Amino acid sequence: MKPRLIVLASKNIRNRGVRSWLTMIGIFIGIAAVVALISMGQGLQAAVTGQFAALDPDKLIVTNVDTLFGPPGSTAVKKLNEHDKELIESVNGVDIVVQRLIRTASFEYNDKTDFKFVANIPQEKEAIQVVYDALNLELEKGRLLDENDRRKVILGHDYMSDDFGKPLRVGKKVIIQREEFEVIGFLKKASTFTLNGIIIMPDEDLRDILDIGDEFDILVVQVKDMDKLSDVKDILEKKIRRDRDLDEGEDDFSIQTPQQGIQTINTILDTINLVIAGIAAISLLVGGIGITNTMYTSVVERIREIGIMKSVGARNSDILTLFLAESALLGLVGGIIGVIIGLALAYAAASGISAAFGGLDFSISLNVPFLIFAALFSVFVGMISGVFPALQASKLNPVDALRS
Amino acid sequence: MVTKSNQRTLIELKNVKKHYFMGDNIVKAVDGITLEVKEKEFIAIMGPSGSGKSTAMHLVGSLDIPTSGKIFLDGVDISLLTESRLAQIRGKKVGFIFQSFNLIPNLTAKENVMIPMTFQSQSRNESELKAEELLRMVDLGDRMQHYTNELSGGQQQRVAIARALANDPEVILADEPTGNLDTKTGEMVIDFLKKLNEQGKTVIMVTHDADLAKEHANKIYWLKDGKIEKITKG
Repeated sequence: MKPRLIVLASKNIRNRGVRSWLTMIGIFIGIAAVVALISMGQGLQAAVTGQFAALDPDKLIVTNVDTLFGPPGSTAVKKLNEHDKELIESVNGVDIVVQRLIRTASFEYNDKTDFKFVANIPQEKEAIQVVYDALNLELEKGRLLDENDRRKVILGHDYMSDDFGKPLRVGKKVIIQREEFEVIGFLKKASTFTLNGIIIMPDEDLRDILDIGDEFDILVVQVKDMDKLSDVKDILEKKIRRDRDLDEGEDDFSIQTPQQGIQTINTILDTINLVIAGIAAISLLVGGIGITNTMYTSVVERIREIGIMKSVGARNSDILTLFLAESALLGLVGGIIGVIIGLALAYAAASGISAAFGGLDFSISLNVPFLIFAALFSVFVGMISGVFPALQASKLNPVDALRS
Repeated sequence: MVTKSNQRTLIELKNVKKHYFMGDNIVKAVDGITLEVKEKEFIAIMGPSGSGKSTAMHLVGSLDIPTSGKIFLDGVDISLLTESRLAQIRGKKVGFIFQSFNLIPNLTAKENVMIPMTFQSQSRNESELKAEELLRMVDLGDRMQHYTNELSGGQQQRVAIARALANDPEVILADEPTGNLDTKTGEMVIDFLKKLNEQGKTVIMVTHDADLAKEHANKIYWLKDGKIEKITKG
């Protein structure tokens, strides 16, 4: 291996100017996609999992599900209600059942109105504690709601910024759905953007301002023994089915363990990852073929040059090395640019998403060994793509080559 | 310089033939040539176009492999050498000068001269110094960083001469070195070859210019139809 052949190779690539850049496009799209994907993937996974971190491992989540089964006209979801709550409470192994409502409502302060998520806090002391534990709520200022509070709210961390033109403080009055509420506390910055933008108010007040009857969005079921979580889940499913006269597979409700929730999201993320990885693979393949094509063209154009080099003592292996070095360099430069573009894309997407969902903790993982691997993989693609043209060049007969 | 029997034989061709197919016809480019090149000789290979003189020169320079017959380079039968060994020896023992200069475009004069040394694994510093020295020798000290397309024909051929000398070969093979040059520049190139021969290099020049051959060479092989027609002293 003669290092000066690499110098010569880089000179040849620079001399081909625009053609070299065009050749590298396929490679850098492919590498950029992979780098953006991996760098974002871990951050995205962490951010999304963070949304579920609020869920405790000893709780089951019962929700309403839209179903396509059943006779026509009956597709309206049967909402969870007090009857279901009592049914679940009667099951052995269930400690406490907490009703949750998460709705949107208009929020007005300093004559500015916005639509926000509103969540209830139950009215029983024990249940309140379950919600605080489950959501891992921590106060930045003020105090939490207790069972005796009415027309009072706690606000997420986002409300502490000056979005409404005038700072919100504990003790200020705000208008929610045309009703006046007093702010009694602010939450600490949480890893979930829904929590940072949320309004928490007593259950009764929420039902009152939004005119909600006997229905719940979510029932949080705390079990007595964490190890029996899935047993309790099975029993609950059977009981509710029997109560609603449903066959298996016709469920209009869903019971999830916290792990299942994370799994569902992970499945979606995996699918997205797979699609992007597929695009990256195709792009790298096309990029590789582009390099092969350019190298073949280059061999044909430089037949005479190859003859000259052979006449001054170049061995077949020298010519092979020279051409392989050129295709490897195309891969290397394409790879490095790909890594840079990929990182730029990842950071742009991360700041875009963070801005869209204020407070979503979406950080890019800068995995240096992986980035080096990506660039080296690109070199590998370049070399593989250059093998056949380089072999063809090295085997040229010097006399024929000089005559061309 | 007169041929003496005690001079070492550098290259020897024994009944060498080079035939190739062109469609259905066999072209007998070289058809049984036997010759010896001794050190410090100035040899001319003469002949009309199509007489096989270029093919003969490629064979003498071991750039081409004969269809039959033996070629000895410094006493070694080249058919016994591997491709890479032969390339290595060729690069070291033989320097080529072509009619059309055959410089590599996109490289500067100096880089062109450095190319043969690259393939002999010489260090960059060493080859750079050597290339500069050679270019000064051919009066191109002020053109080292020029690209080949910025040089005149005569200058390009002088770069080619410098390149041929890069690995300090014993034999210089010149294929119609003045063919693409005007008379005056041609004479300058010949003067360089003459000087090199006086310094002890063996020069083999292919030409169709009889006056040129007679004036400078001390031995002339006259080729016709791939065979040696006659050998005369210059």
